[in-house]
Amino acid sequence: MTTTLWITAVIVAITLGITIWAARQTRTTVQFYAAGRKIKGWQNGLAIAGDYMSAASFLGIAGLIAFNGYDGFMYSVGWLVAYLTVLLLIAEPIRNTGKYTMADVLAYRMSAGPVRSAAAISTLAVSGFYMIAQMVGAGSVLHLLVPGFSFKWAVVIVGILMIGYVVLGGMIATTWVQIVKATLLMAGAILLSILVLSHFGFSPLRFFDAIAKVIDPKSKLNFTQPGILYPHGKHVFLGPLTLDKSTIENVSLGMALIFGTAGLPHILMRFYTVPTARAARHSVGWAMGLIGAFYVMTTFLGFGAAVLVGKAKIGNTNLAAPKLAEFLGGGPNSFGGELLLGFISAVAFATILAVVAGLTLAASSAFAHDFWMNVVRGGKESESEQVTVARIAAVGVGIIAVLVAINLPTANAAVLVAVAFAVASSGNLPVILFTLFWKRFNTVGAVCGLIGGTAVSIFLVLIGPGLATVPAAHPAFALSNPGIVSIPLGFIFAIVGTYVGEALGGDRRAVAMYPEIEVRSQTGVGAEPSSVVEERIPAVV
Amino acid sequence: METRNRGQGSVSSAPVGTESATARASKWEALANSPEFRQLITAKRNFIIPATIFFLVYYFALPLGNGLAPKLMNTKIIGNINLAYLFALSEFVMAWILAAIYIRRANRVFDPLAAAVRRLAARMGVGA
Repeated sequence: MTTTLWITAVIVAITLGITIWAARQTRTTVQFYAAGRKIKGWQNGLAIAGDYMSAASFLGIAGLIAFNGYDGFMYSVGWLVAYLTVLLLIAEPIRNTGKYTMADVLAYRMSAGPVRSAAAISTLAVSGFYMIAQMVGAGSVLHLLVPGFSFKWAVVIVGILMIGYVVLGGMIATTWVQIVKATLLMAGAILLSILVLSHFGFSPLRFFDAIAKVIDPKSKLNFTQPGILYPHGKHVFLGPLTLDKSTIENVSLGMALIFGTAGLPHILMRFYTVPTARAARHSVGWAMGLIGAFYVMTTFLGFGAAVLVGKAKIGNTNLAAPKLAEFLGGGPNSFGGELLLGFISAVAFATILAVVAGLTLAASSAFAHDFWMNVVRGGKESESEQVTVARIAAVGVGIIAVLVAINLPTANAAVLVAVAFAVASSGNLPVILFTLFWKRFNTVGAVCGLIGGTAVSIFLVLIGPGLATVPAAHPAFALSNPGIVSIPLGFIFAIVGTYVGEALGGDRRAVAMYPEIEVRSQTGVGAEPSSVVEERIPAVV
Repeated sequence: METRNRGQGSVSSAPVGTESATARASKWEALANSPEFRQLITAKRNFIIPATIFFLVYYFALPLGNGLAPKLMNTKIIGNINLAYLFALSEFVMAWILAAIYIRRANRVFDPLAAAVRRLAARMGVGA
């Protein structure tokens, strides 16, 4: 296991080097939150891919496919197609109208106090659940791979490193850590895929013949067939309808992925780091190429682990990819096995660090920029004070996340991520879309949509079957994926809120500002420029 | 540069109802109603709305097909590779192609139209 530690140490040293370099260039708010808006399109594409391919996708997807076959692959499909929503509807308008956070776009039309507070709550909810999922994953993986490491120490180390990246290097460090990580992850996935295929004479047909021989004992389906993770036949009632549960779960999952990605604050924030809307568009193109290639390769990682290693020897779902690497290198205790296991584990660790850093930055900017600066201080705060508050917020967010994660060693990482996607798709996305495209939308509608969508999706997951370690026989809410109910409700809250707002006397500013946000979002008139040569403000650190 | 008072800052400091805010809003409204801007919006709408409907239908056809027609989706096409897997794989190709078409269209058609609106805005003194 020392190989793992050495490779991890080298990767951590590289990222710390980047952070120290970035710290020297991080003096102003636009540098701290948005890397001076000077990141190139392809670089941002790599960073988006780095932000997105979290522990959940690398370790989680491989495990889901290794244990459930085809149904696991449905996650891979949804995670890529989701970027069409981002590309067609969200990326460019966000770049054109916002400054640092999701709430900037909403506050263009709406009353700043209420919408920024509500958006800060939903951002903290999404980023918090997502972050805790990553840290719990990091803790358990590190603990299992390096038995000398206790779960608590693993979480604490991840926490200290991520606070370091964000506090010292802000968005510049976070971006470059993502780029390094995305490159390593792609390299690891390509290497494992080639090695898997080499076991089948590089013939996809022979590979699939082997997959078709893996049978799920419960459903008697083979691994190329849908219906293992979400079995057919169980019916749920949605109003007067009786439908196949498998279908509803898969459609509901798809809805959360397709509409949730465009509402993830840490992804939206990435579009502020590029100079123009055109660069934002190109960065989504790059990200889609990389993310798609990676998720196609989950075929080899996941099914490969199922065929070559097998469910029994994998044990823990999160360990499918590392165990596959160990097998491909030559098996346990062989030199090649140790080396490959070390490399893949180190890549997984780097993945978690990078994603957590991006989430910390999103959460701390929601607090510092939206809540502290614009609500508490009424928008009157100096540059250096704002950066200082953001740094303090990042430390605070990091410490809270560590404390929560330490106390949740058995939490199901996939469920926590599902909550994050549910909140992003039901709370954030309807409000962003209506702000950009619906003239009558107003402050009451925005607050109702954000708070209502966030609350209902958290509530449905809590009463659903997912959270309990031993699933209840008849949970109050039958679906593990609440999207099919919570997303329409999120839109309904926003619409009803808007009519209530009109009945209460209306929101003249929200309506009067619509032509302005419409023109700005679609054309980039008056969009925030990249920072020109900086005024020399003394470094805070 | 970033301390320049654009967008939210200047807006929130000028409550609606005062003369300057009304004048400001009417300038933006004029820009929003200009033929240049309407042309951009029409061009974008004609592409983005059908494209969005297309990819949503294409995407949700997969889980619906898997759930409602499992026999059909389990049809083996090449060796043990079934329709369900090939359909899933085609989702990736669909996403890449649609993204490429959109990016090309945006670079060649939408960007020049948006630039025309920005020039008009500069002439009208809006947005600076």
